[in-house]
Amino acid sequence: MKHIADWALNVAALRGASYADARLADDRSRGLATKNGKIGHAADSESLGIGVRVIADGAWGYAASDDLSRSAVEATAALAVEIARASSRVKQSEVRLAPEKAVSAEWTTPFQIDPLTTSVEQNLDLLLKIDSELCAVKGVTLAETNMNFRREEQWFVSSEGSNIHQTKYTTGVGYAAHAFAGSDIQKRSYPNSFGGQWQNKGYELIGELKLVENARRVGEEAVALLKADQCPEGVFDILLDGSQLGLQIHESVGHPIELDRVLGMEANFAGTSFLTLDKLRKLRYGSDLVNVVADARQEHGPGLGTFAFDEEGVPAQCTPIITKGLFTGYLTSRETAHAIGANRSGGTLRAEGWNRLPIIRMTNISILPGEKPLTREQLIASTEKGIYMETNRSWSIDDKRYNFQFGCEVGWELKNGKRTRMLRNPSYSGITTEFWNAMDAICSRDEWVLWGTPHCGKGQPQQVMGTGHGAAPARFRGVKVGSAYKGN
Amino acid sequence: MLKALLTFMLDKNKAADIFGKIKKYSSADEVEALIYGGHSALTRFANNTIHQNVTEANYVVSVRTAFDGRTARATTNKVDDESLKRVVAASETLAKVQHPDADLLPMPEAGGGARSTQTYPVPSRYFEATAAITPEQRAEAVSKIVGVAQKHKLTTAGIFSTSESVEGIFNSRGLGDWYSQTSSEVSVTMLAADSSGWQKANSPNVAHLDAVTLAEIAARKAFESAGPHEIPAGKYTVILEPAAVLDIVGFMFFDFGGLAILDQRSFLNNRVGTKLFGENINIWDDVAHPLQSGAPFDGEGVRRQRVQLVENGVVKRLVYARATAEKMRKSEYKEKVGRIEPTGHGFSIPNEMGEAPMNIVFGGAREPKTVEQMIGSTERGILVTRLWYIREVDPYEKILTGMTRDGTFFVQDGKIRHGVRNFRFNQSLIHMLSSVEEMGTPMRASGEESFDMVVPAMKVGEFNFTEVTKF
Ligand SMILES: [Zn+2]
Repeated sequence: MKHIADWALNVAALRGASYADARLADDRSRGLATKNGKIGHAADSESLGIGVRVIADGAWGYAASDDLSRSAVEATAALAVEIARASSRVKQSEVRLAPEKAVSAEWTTPFQIDPLTTSVEQNLDLLLKIDSELCAVKGVTLAETNMNFRREEQWFVSSEGSNIHQTKYTTGVGYAAHAFAGSDIQKRSYPNSFGGQWQNKGYELIGELKLVENARRVGEEAVALLKADQCPEGVFDILLDGSQLGLQIHESVGHPIELDRVLGMEANFAGTSFLTLDKLRKLRYGSDLVNVVADARQEHGPGLGTFAFDEEGVPAQCTPIITKGLFTGYLTSRETAHAIGANRSGGTLRAEGWNRLPIIRMTNISILPGEKPLTREQLIASTEKGIYMETNRSWSIDDKRYNFQFGCEVGWELKNGKRTRMLRNPSYSGITTEFWNAMDAICSRDEWVLWGTPHCGKGQPQQVMGTGHGAAPARFRGVKVGSAYKGN
Repeated sequence: MLKALLTFMLDKNKAADIFGKIKKYSSADEVEALIYGGHSALTRFANNTIHQNVTEANYVVSVRTAFDGRTARATTNKVDDESLKRVVAASETLAKVQHPDADLLPMPEAGGGARSTQTYPVPSRYFEATAAITPEQRAEAVSKIVGVAQKHKLTTAGIFSTSESVEGIFNSRGLGDWYSQTSSEVSVTMLAADSSGWQKANSPNVAHLDAVTLAEIAARKAFESAGPHEIPAGKYTVILEPAAVLDIVGFMFFDFGGLAILDQRSFLNNRVGTKLFGENINIWDDVAHPLQSGAPFDGEGVRRQRVQLVENGVVKRLVYARATAEKMRKSEYKEKVGRIEPTGHGFSIPNEMGEAPMNIVFGGAREPKTVEQMIGSTERGILVTRLWYIREVDPYEKILTGMTRDGTFFVQDGKIRHGVRNFRFNQSLIHMLSSVEEMGTPMRASGEESFDMVVPAMKVGEFNFTEVTKF
């Protein structure tokens, strides 16, 4: 495959590109789903193609093609240069890339079982078993399950001499029970909502999650929610489970630290960021307990943002983002690193596939667990009065990432350290920095899970990317609860 | 040579040849292929600079095989014989391991299974001028937008994109349908120190896009909303420009599919036939409308019908894929949901969602008002350019949350007074469409939260803003 990518580099050089890279990707995936005891869908997909990225006349061009014949690859590279020259007609300065050592490397996601080689029949049987457990609960009106596998093999070569061959595996699985009665639709999901838990690992993930064992409870909770009291409106201490905290990190830390947003490059679509450059190492992002890293390295765990090299050949790194509450880092690329005075990229340039230009994306943006041993049950026991919320139901945040509102599937009233009644339609809202400064407890390593967010959208044309978020249950003092239903 | 390779377009004959091979390679009872793709280009700018500039050529062959109640799909973007054999085999392998489903219908015959008297011509949406646009021409248009920004001492960000695409469906019962179209789109954001403005438009015909006018409107919104005041959250009369209307109402149309009712996940559960919205709300799905776009057939090849979903505020009809219509006829809801028949709105099979109307056209008011007239008749209210990050808070009351963005203004005594800090709303769509006081002339609008549709601007009473953000 490398020789195909080399055709592109040669033509780009001949046409006068000052820099070029070519990414050839072979992407295979499988999606299985059931609904109410029947197969929802079973589908395989493969996509193979090449993307050529060049700088000519100090500006960017990118062209991608599904045709890997020599003539088509060379024409694609020539077109990338032609596009770069067109770009150079509207520029304020020349693109410059932070230096990076050329590397030759091979890397594959560590996995035990290649998910695409597992039995489809057995996988469907497992999903149908879960489905039947959900449907067995009286009052469940809709049961859905899903299982997803992906293998992305990629060859990256650059005019600076890099030659990187990486293969990433992803496994995802989840299910949900819905209950409709009267004028209310409620839902419970497991292990997370909107597709479940996703990690960069093999089929072994499926066995780790106790999927069948939890199905009855999940169905029962969906039905119980119909009769639960409405979550009250007011200011409360709240506890969030790890999966909800993971999404909170994604939206109110992960996106605002993207340096391309900060620099206005996403202003038309995804938006900008409140984290202007003057705030680096100055802003109190959160309380002393808040420590967040952007860590793409294998040792961080099997997150959707784990790799060996990003899509411009920069090695995976760990960047401290929030250190004891202080804002300490952005997500950067070779093009943007100089904006914060860095002499090297943080290695966060990623692309959805061969047909998309890599852009700054979250890797694994994780909050570190508390150092003092603290289980979820101990956290609940230490809370006099509050609301514990589990599993995301809705999420929304403004285009600078200040004001957010999240809804969860289920709430539990906490009184004198005990769960009392179930609450339906819990939601909370706030301003990003006020919220993180209100965190006064986080559970320790045993409760920490590296969650996957498989469907993060960004860029034009839009690219969907998986990101990882390690989190443990945590407590926030004095948070606004219930305004989602205020006035309705 | 270069041009010839990169402007290669798949046509119906070549696609039919590909399907011929697929049929030959398959041993399934039935086989179907969706063949689609094309090329697209997008010139993206920010900080008055073209910072990303991309193009893509890609064609996809997606094969569905069926064996006696069992079906599955496999997709590839390669059309050589080996790849076609592989994709057929992958689809067959996935289908064969399943338990038969008695509800799976045979594939539709030519004509798509819809009543042919209901079909009508869709206008041509293929324009040579759009297909022929070069990177230089896109850069030229962007340079004019940047010129507008510089004239007003603003910073601009946005896109100019063009594409040429084809979409075909073939099956072993002799169905074969084909559609091609071009698209072009401009989206412009203008940024000032503490304010911004935005406009977006698209058309199959690039000659209908006026980038400079869009840039001027966005610029005016940016400087007129400078120095935004913070005013308290609460219920306000709002004037929603068409893009804001489409982004919020788009969240309800997935509930207008018959399967959403059968699955009891629709806010229309027990509400079809009732007056849910104001008397002035009329909504159709109509792929042939001159301002609409997209293929005139659905994911199974059924021709799309024009369906009136809402008439004078009453939810009148739902849309159906073939299998859903079949199920609905046997269901407990069959007397309560209006006419039941395949309407050509199904998604490609297999899927869990069934169908949805995706070519929405709103009816206008008897006396349409311009946005300026709506402002003129407003004692105290908020003018909204655009909504953002909309999510469903409550599925049955259809409460949606989201933010205003890029041009939010305080209106008092019939005049725009000043920009305001952006609001978060938590608004029931049912209440919103029951409180529409005035409407404009429906136009093709495009946002980022929902699919494009033909909608009017709306003046809405008692819109529920619950919080204010910091800018
Ligand atoms: Zn995201």
